[in-house]
Amino acid sequence: MIRQSDDLRETAGDIDGVPPAVIREGLRRMIAARVFDTKAIAMHRRGKLGTFPPCAGQEASFVGAALALDRERDWIVPQYREIPALVAHGAPLEGIILYYMGDPAGGWWPGSVNALPFQISIAAQLPQAVGIAWGLKRRATGGAVLAFVGDGGTSEGDFHESANLAGVQQCPIVFFVSNNGWAISTPRARQTAAASFADRAIGYGYDGVTVDGTDLLAVYRTVSEALATARAGRPVIVESLTYRVGPHSTVDDPRVYRSEDEVVPWRQSDGYDRLALRARESGLWSDTDELAAREEATREVDAAFERAQAAFKPATRQLGEHVWAHLPAQTAAQLQELERRNARGERE
Amino acid sequence: MSEQNLVSAIRDALQIELARDERQMIIGLDVGKMGGVFRATDGLQAEFGEDRVVDLPIAEGVMVGAAIGLCVSGFRPIVEMQFLGFAHQAFHQIGQQLTRLRQRSQGRFSAPLTIRAPYGGGGKTPEFHSDCYEALYAQCPGLRVVAPSSPTEAKGLLLAALRHPDPVLFLEPIAGYRTWVDDVPEGDYVLPLGEARIAYGNENAAAVAVVSYGLSTQTALRAAASLAAEGIDVVVVDLRSLSPIDVGTLCRVVEKAGRCVVVTDAPVTGSIASEVTATLMERVFWSLEAPIVRVGAPDVPHPLGALEQFYIPTAEAVADAVRSTLEAH
Repeated sequence: MIRQSDDLRETAGDIDGVPPAVIREGLRRMIAARVFDTKAIAMHRRGKLGTFPPCAGQEASFVGAALALDRERDWIVPQYREIPALVAHGAPLEGIILYYMGDPAGGWWPGSVNALPFQISIAAQLPQAVGIAWGLKRRATGGAVLAFVGDGGTSEGDFHESANLAGVQQCPIVFFVSNNGWAISTPRARQTAAASFADRAIGYGYDGVTVDGTDLLAVYRTVSEALATARAGRPVIVESLTYRVGPHSTVDDPRVYRSEDEVVPWRQSDGYDRLALRARESGLWSDTDELAAREEATREVDAAFERAQAAFKPATRQLGEHVWAHLPAQTAAQLQELERRNARGERE
Repeated sequence: MSEQNLVSAIRDALQIELARDERQMIIGLDVGKMGGVFRATDGLQAEFGEDRVVDLPIAEGVMVGAAIGLCVSGFRPIVEMQFLGFAHQAFHQIGQQLTRLRQRSQGRFSAPLTIRAPYGGGGKTPEFHSDCYEALYAQCPGLRVVAPSSPTEAKGLLLAALRHPDPVLFLEPIAGYRTWVDDVPEGDYVLPLGEARIAYGNENAAAVAVVSYGLSTQTALRAAASLAAEGIDVVVVDLRSLSPIDVGTLCRVVEKAGRCVVVTDAPVTGSIASEVTATLMERVFWSLEAPIVRVGAPDVPHPLGALEQFYIPTAEAVADAVRSTLEAH
């Protein structure tokens, strides 16, 4: 089992050097992430949301990384658990909810959001992330890509192929490995015999760095530096040491394969609590702030769920929408036949 | 018009498109200085630069995946898959990722890229190089699959593919690269994508329709010539597009002939020939005067070179199939 050393916990993160505005936004977004997570799990239990991947325990990691980005020019390429990062980057909550309700309409995000939609096949987004970064470099936009993958994803061939090509093409990309200890039921120790995921970078000819993923400030600074390196044409692997406090998804029961004793210390090193403590000491945060942030997040999340539920109108015609630019005639005929049958309500 | 073989017709199309559209770039193995293992990109790096004709590490998955990302960044990459048989290592990026980008993003992103892939036997290649697994790709919604059957066809269809808003897998018959020669129109020449053509014969007078594509069209044409000498008139339908199939042309021609042979170089189970046959059975069954016959490779792996002579469907096998459909009552 992976666990941070006490040493790392004490030394990582320094409130100095990170602007108060970032700290306050980070705290608000971590609260919002937990509010959303909790509501999503509840909605799943009520049958209002499909299979959903909670991110409890990883809020500081996702929010800290996203806040380091320049939303105007930088891109996020997600896997599927990085909801707080995407929201921080501008993705609409309502779309994310629709997507997890099973409605493809949720995959549409405004053109101002520099991010790919969720992608479920593990690590298969990474080659595309490298291509985006390659294109940003060719266009000399100054932008970089933050590509998310998990500890399990590093075992995939796509991880290796992508990390390698990014080095060869000198792409402005940061591979952000969320090492949350578990790939469904497979513990980190069974993913690799290597001591570190960050060390993989050595084999690709660039740098890797490990950061305490429950320390938002450390993540923010680490990713900021990594992005600067990446913009200069040297990719970086950032390994964020964190923990999946919850289940893999709402249809997973981790009690089958791990002991609650393992989870307890990670609950106690909650990213919000850690940063809030320091921010209070520095006068940047108060109980009033926390209460206000929680109320605001609850309002926004409730409103987003209401909008998503109002927009949720799954229809047969969606099956063929946006699959092709030019829908083949026989596919159109198949879909018309389905529309006709489904309009009769045969499936009820 | 100028006399060109398949390789030079393809290079011609690539050169025209790279010159016309600066978003186009070529990525793949050995495509730069070397000009590709078949020389299809010969001289293009010198003309368009190392930023636009790019040699990549040997990793097929990221080759296609990065091309998808380049599309998101506003480019139109042309991926040279060194051989279709090695595209299995990119199958998830082609069959799942490339085909889903548009729908996943609800139309915000698309990947109008072309993957060129040499395929098919006749070259006595080492294992995998000759595999004909085109049907795997034709079953992936969102991807067009195109197979030209002559240098002229290759130029016109490739230029159409490079300009099409949907991703295209473009299959180039290895056996035709140097041996197929015809008068290819010069300059910009674009053929319609998704329309079959009559490659031989008169659809109003033929006794049998022979349906084929790519390399197998040349086999069908040889069979047609020998059958004509016997007084048997066939019409050869060259599918050109394996996905989508031009069902209209296919059914029209077979309905008139009443008899049909479908040719593929692939193992016949689950092949394009099977799909064509099933389509015809659904749509023109009552016009048929004999069972449709599929001529394809046996359901075994494409063999090493010395056994190719026993494996690849021959013109005589096609001719025999035509004769058998005429004998049926």
